Amino acid sequence: MHIHTLEFTTLLWFGALLAGFLGALTGLGGGVVIVPLLALGFKVDIRYAIGTSLVSVIATSSGSAAAYVKEGFSNIRIGMFLEIATTVGALLGAFLASRISTSTIAVIFGCVLLYSAALSRKSRPMHEADQAPNKLASILRMNGSYPGPNGEIPYHVSRVPLGFGLMVGAGTLSGLLGIGSGAVKVLAMDLAMKMPFKVSTTTSNFMIGVTAAASAGVYLSRGYIDPALAMPVMLGVLAGSLTGAKVLVRARVPALRIVFAIVIAALGIEMIYNGITGTL
Amino acid sequence: MIKAPFSDDQLESVMGNLLRIGVLLAAAVVAAGGIFYLVQHHSEPVDYSHFQSEPAPLKNIPGIIHETAALHSTGIIQLGLLLLIATPILRVLCAVFGFGLERDFLYTIVSLIVLAVLFYSLFGHAM
Repeated sequence: MHIHTLEFTTLLWFGALLAGFLGALTGLGGGVVIVPLLALGFKVDIRYAIGTSLVSVIATSSGSAAAYVKEGFSNIRIGMFLEIATTVGALLGAFLASRISTSTIAVIFGCVLLYSAALSRKSRPMHEADQAPNKLASILRMNGSYPGPNGEIPYHVSRVPLGFGLMVGAGTLSGLLGIGSGAVKVLAMDLAMKMPFKVSTTTSNFMIGVTAAASAGVYLSRGYIDPALAMPVMLGVLAGSLTGAKVLVRARVPALRIVFAIVIAALGIEMIYNGITGTL
Repeated sequence: MIKAPFSDDQLESVMGNLLRIGVLLAAAVVAAGGIFYLVQHHSEPVDYSHFQSEPAPLKNIPGIIHETAALHSTGIIQLGLLLLIATPILRVLCAVFGFGLERDFLYTIVSLIVLAVLFYSLFGHAM
């Protein structure tokens, strides 16, 4: 099949628009479906797909930052401290990406997709009850408060070293696969550090762009970032996620979330299958 | 305790707006380069199934600036993408100064470490 640049660009733009829109609306992130969309749907080499996806991840994160800041939940100290872990991890992941075969990357990618889909079915743990003060978190001045219905709700952060270690892993996956790894970041903050979920979600978004920027430099210098691919995908994902975030404001979309999770799981299985058979 | 002349909330607000402006600017440059690109290449066949890396001038900052100055569409798109990559870096830079103004030296250093990793990624390995 031969398609021309104009059709290809238009199709990619619409695909990215839809991915960004659904990602923002369901809270599952659009970045995670960009690589399968390009690699499986458009037969793009997975290295170009990863470079393109990474760029769209930065666009989504930075584009939605202003909206998140207005909510006033994110903790910039925790975010900045954990970014040491995620950026170092991202550099490691970007270096690994050129040393691991593309079929192995496809299999790892498929597993991450399955994990993201599975995680979306579980309800998020609620840590509304405040944790006991943690010494390291106190030294690092990580404890804070966020606005609740009856005034400020204080919170304390626990298990900082475990959270930090998980963040190195999240960064490595981000650099290896060109995704935001929002699911792993939120897991580290929710489960390990026991942060309130409102704070962990917004802080995670704060961190995704910086993490992605850490591997973007390496990707650029390796020639993974193709302008003709990145142009429609970045513009589409940005438009889609900004629209999705606007629609989301008051809407709850559990049915759509389940459908999107099933799509992600199916893409995961297909990535693993193609990785094992060596067609990616 | 001496009250810091600058608060976390102000810092976040400045950073949020900075990011939005940066992203919109990057998107505008990418779109301009994209229109230019489509006008020139709209009917060419597409094949990305084999990875062959980008041409050298599109892989580093001086090359991209040179390509943009020569008004090559791919160079302009790449410049927009560079602006996009720069937005989170600018956010960290802003945090360095913000924490400095808050007289929070621990977090000024934390932000500087993150900034150093980002600079290393972008400038650290001429290949």
